[in-house]
Amino acid sequence: MTPSGSARTRRLPRNSGGAGGLGSAQRLIPGLGLVPFALYVLIFLLIPTVLALTTGFFNRSGAFTWDNVAALVDPTVLSTFGNSLWISLLTAALGALIGAVICYALLSFSPTSRLRASVEAISSVLAQFGGVMLAFAFIATIGVQGLLTVLLKDVFGFALYPGEIWLYQMPGLILPYLYFQIPLMVLTFMPALSGLKPAWTEANATLGGTSWTFWRRVGIPVLAPAFAGGFLLLFANSFSAYATAAALISQGSQIVPLQIRTALISETVLGRENLAGALALGMIVIMIVLMLGYSALQARTARWQK
Amino acid sequence: MSAVKTLGSARKVRASHSLAPRRPFAVIVLVVFGLLFALPLIAMVEFSLRTTTGHGLEHWTGLFDPANEFRYRPLFGGLVESLTLALIAIAIVILVLLPTTLLVRLRFPKLVRVLEFITVIPIAIPAIALVVGLAPVFGASIRILGSGTLVLGLIYGVLVLPFAARALDASIRAVDVPTLVEAARSLGASWPRIFLRILLPVLRRGIVAAAFISIAVVLGEYTIASLLNRQNLQVAIVGISRSDPYVAVIFSLLALAFVTALLAVIGRIATPKRKVFDV
Repeated sequence: MTPSGSARTRRLPRNSGGAGGLGSAQRLIPGLGLVPFALYVLIFLLIPTVLALTTGFFNRSGAFTWDNVAALVDPTVLSTFGNSLWISLLTAALGALIGAVICYALLSFSPTSRLRASVEAISSVLAQFGGVMLAFAFIATIGVQGLLTVLLKDVFGFALYPGEIWLYQMPGLILPYLYFQIPLMVLTFMPALSGLKPAWTEANATLGGTSWTFWRRVGIPVLAPAFAGGFLLLFANSFSAYATAAALISQGSQIVPLQIRTALISETVLGRENLAGALALGMIVIMIVLMLGYSALQARTARWQK
Repeated sequence: MSAVKTLGSARKVRASHSLAPRRPFAVIVLVVFGLLFALPLIAMVEFSLRTTTGHGLEHWTGLFDPANEFRYRPLFGGLVESLTLALIAIAIVILVLLPTTLLVRLRFPKLVRVLEFITVIPIAIPAIALVVGLAPVFGASIRILGSGTLVLGLIYGVLVLPFAARALDASIRAVDVPTLVEAARSLGASWPRIFLRILLPVLRRGIVAAAFISIAVVLGEYTIASLLNRQNLQVAIVGISRSDPYVAVIFSLLALAFVTALLAVIGRIATPKRKVFDV
């Protein structure tokens, strides 16, 4: 503490140039250093966020209106939100379950093993592998001329697309989304699972518990918040994903992000001018609820990870 | 003999108490999912090698054939644009985020939580929702700054904030920055000298990690660029995919390989073998 004090007093005369107002000058000058970041974040993050939240309340001439926000309960918009929530729920649930099973399988190997290190490294790459490139990966795999489509047809005589080509519609999003959801779950859930202490299983065994009692009474209750937190993170992840869907589904607005695209590109949607703003508001509200839930569950998870 | 016996019984105890699943189950799960996850990557490689008669390098070599230069110009233009955008985002990270993080840690510890909160916002606000508010800011900023690339780069600086801040934060926590700064100050070093000669070298791992993750994020960005009508790499890939899906797949593969390499380097420098200190 003393060195810092002496360093500051040594600096003071140079900085403030006078005897008066030493304390405020001492805070003011470093405070100025915060200005560039504050301005930057204000212009490129906070103002856009506020605009995204509020444009829905105004019409094109700038007058206040409930019209756009009221459109959130329009059957078309409601069904888009329904689709978005459905696909997020499905891919988050499957992703969380499969991710947890992979984590459980990894427990069979030592935490310091090369295998676990590489599975974690691969997961961190694949969890980032979203967007347009992912869409092309799946077009190359299960597109009309995709490797798997052709193999299934030639070798097993199985037609992947007996009727419609579902890859370019809503169901086509499920597999690509799982491709980044499962690795994300592995990344989030693995620390919690490896945090289960061997002492707990020993205590359980000493008290005459079976492996089943351990999971039912200790393992699952301790892991539940981490699992639920991972699920929420996955849910938010696919709820906010846009690029993969945009590259696969070139027309239509089956999910909310695609409806925002339509609303931004065309002048009016459902006869409303600023529908994109209302949709963004709806998305952000849902995201905030998800993230609050996630951070609450994270706090509960951290309790066992000391 | 007794040692063997103890080992044997220890193993038995471990087996009955252990959380771990049986090894064959674990191996089957990992092999099955390993293959499923490898399939799309294999399919991309196979797809890119297809020719009218069979398989070959036609599409790969065609990429650099001068005869196709006009066709692929948007693609290489998009690549250059994305790399420029990444540089601008990195400049923001090093020139704005890094000094601010250090300043907050050293002089305004009460603001640490505020800074953390601000840097996570871009995760909570989906890009597709943020772009609704960015469109007017983008228009106004271009009128002032004159360059769309510059403004989009500044926007990307915001997108990389959560990742870059985490990388910088980890390396700042790993060393005792306040003590280093106090030592330097008491020896009479000026602030620019401290920043350039002490903090930058000591924090270089964090800075490199932040820069690499920024490149990875910017190279993969499609949402904002496409809706603001900017031609970056991903927008160009989608553009060419209608007429030449092979080249779209090749560029996706290359981008993925490059990002994997970047993340591998981050993973390697994140676990230092020597102490961060010995500069």
